Amino acid sequence: MRAYIIRRLLLLIPTLLLVTMIVFCAVRFIPGSVIEMMAAQSGETENMDATIRAIRHNLGLDVPIHVQYFRWLGNALRGDLGRSLWTQESITRELFQRLPISVELGILAIVIGLLIAVPVGIFSAIRQDSIGDYIGRSIAIFCISVPSFWLATLVVVYPSIWFGWTPPLPVIPFLQDPLGNLRQFIIPAILLGMVMSGTTMRMTRTMMLEVLRQDYIRTAWAKGLKEQVVIYRHALKNALIPVVTIVGLQLPILVGGAVIIETIFGLPGLGWYFVDALFQRDYPIISAINLIVAAFVMFCNLAVDIAYAYLDPRVHYT
Amino acid sequence: MAGFEATATRETKTRSFWADLLVRLVKEKPLGTVGGVIVLLLLLVGALAPVLAPYNYNDTSVCPRLSGPSAEHPLGCDQLGRDLFSRIIYGARVSVIVGLSVSAIATVLSTFIGVICGFIGGKLDLIVQRFVDAWLCIPPLFLILTLIAVTGPGMLQVIIVLGLLFGIGQSRIVRGATIGIRSNTYFEAAKVIGCKTGRILLRHVLPNVTAPIIVLFTITTGSAILTEATISFLGFGIPPPTPSWGGMLSEAGRRYMLMAPHLALWPGLFLAIVVYGINMLGDAVRDLLDPRLRGGLGRYDVAVRKLPKGVKIDAWQ
Repeated sequence: MRAYIIRRLLLLIPTLLLVTMIVFCAVRFIPGSVIEMMAAQSGETENMDATIRAIRHNLGLDVPIHVQYFRWLGNALRGDLGRSLWTQESITRELFQRLPISVELGILAIVIGLLIAVPVGIFSAIRQDSIGDYIGRSIAIFCISVPSFWLATLVVVYPSIWFGWTPPLPVIPFLQDPLGNLRQFIIPAILLGMVMSGTTMRMTRTMMLEVLRQDYIRTAWAKGLKEQVVIYRHALKNALIPVVTIVGLQLPILVGGAVIIETIFGLPGLGWYFVDALFQRDYPIISAINLIVAAFVMFCNLAVDIAYAYLDPRVHYT
Repeated sequence: MAGFEATATRETKTRSFWADLLVRLVKEKPLGTVGGVIVLLLLLVGALAPVLAPYNYNDTSVCPRLSGPSAEHPLGCDQLGRDLFSRIIYGARVSVIVGLSVSAIATVLSTFIGVICGFIGGKLDLIVQRFVDAWLCIPPLFLILTLIAVTGPGMLQVIIVLGLLFGIGQSRIVRGATIGIRSNTYFEAAKVIGCKTGRILLRHVLPNVTAPIIVLFTITTGSAILTEATISFLGFGIPPPTPSWGGMLSEAGRRYMLMAPHLALWPGLFLAIVVYGINMLGDAVRDLLDPRLRGGLGRYDVAVRKLPKGVKIDAWQ
């Protein structure tokens, strides 16, 4: 097991290098570079070439791209993610302010998603092909199918027309006013949780159905055990293992995928920071967020695999 | 002669596979059938858009701006005075084109990468899988926005970017299925009797990864339509004059939603219904094609509940 973990950790290094390299180069190929945007804003008309050269030099973009990359990588390894090209603000500090918002939204969404998904999934499986199963599955698939940006827009629009309610702004820190903070986060979290719950519910249902067809469940029935005991003590324990992995794999999607919800509800999290940076061609911010999210994703994947071996004694990694 | 017979039987078998799937879908999966009907309607509306739409989708002179529903304009009008109903119908066409082309690209790409990696294995697999890892590590929306920023907006660009995105991601599943086949006796037998690689791939590997590929195709279609709407909503996708449902929500829905809430309602509602239908169909097809869920009710008490009334098996309890 230890050898497996070490090997997986070692495999993270080339993957992470590849990710950062791809993103680092890709953003610099986006048409309408930051230099052109800055030059256009400077108002200089006569001496355009000199202005562009000066801006390029100031931003450190006048050296070959591989030099830029290794310079950035060296700084990143020392914990310095650079400064915004436009505002010169430290990106590391900005990230520390925004990360809690994304993380809180993500955790709330996961909790809500699980609260919906697991009971509905179990019910759907043990009453397969009943009316309840059809309703449960319809709701789950509807949760996946409904565009979250549309639902979020409706949630922002209609209550403001009918009751004059609008999402509160700006963000209330949790430590200052826990209730106000929760009230602010709960609706976006429900929307995100709904999207998550669809996948988790389907997984719960499929796994339950699979487990319920196994020999030891037949044995449990044959022993004359009550339905509750068979379902909860024998089936559910085994069926929930893959569900844990699905939730683990959804974590990173939440951090990155909350972009739209964050924008609509005015929560200044990571996703919003990223979209702004992309519009402004703020290369270091894009690279920094990608590095952090990619590392997070990979650790989540590893954690999921290790959790799998821990939860299911039949799984061995060598 | 023997060769001819083999071809003939194979042909009847493929036809009966699809017919069998359809019959089982209608018989066993009512929800999947509803999904299938929605998909069929979407395809029809998409194909017949010019016939069905009462007005030109870009004609700005057909009705008063932002007016609500009326007899001539059942869904009302948008901020430029275009008929919303006609734009929704043409939006269906955009969704059909995007959904099907993205799925086609993604399926071909994922099959190619997955089968090659799973079949050859070794160093090639190790290296390619690191690329796939890297690709999967970047949150999808980040990746799409970055790629679209490079290619520029437009329908073709969106299709290519989404096709790449889904194709590379899904190659994992095809690779897994291929590796699963390699441990089967028939695979080893084919190798032992000296089949050429091409024959093994075409006759033994491909037919056996068909089930996951069909499932992937349906699921991708839904995700592709939803993702296209999302990026068009963010302003990165299909640019304005083309009536994309996501774009309609973005340009009209958001800015004028307080004055004309119907603009925010209809495109999203149709989007939700269509994706719902596709997902329902995909789900049913997966259930029908998943060998692990085949056969046996699996549960004693379900079997009991399905017994005809009056039959009692009290003695068992």
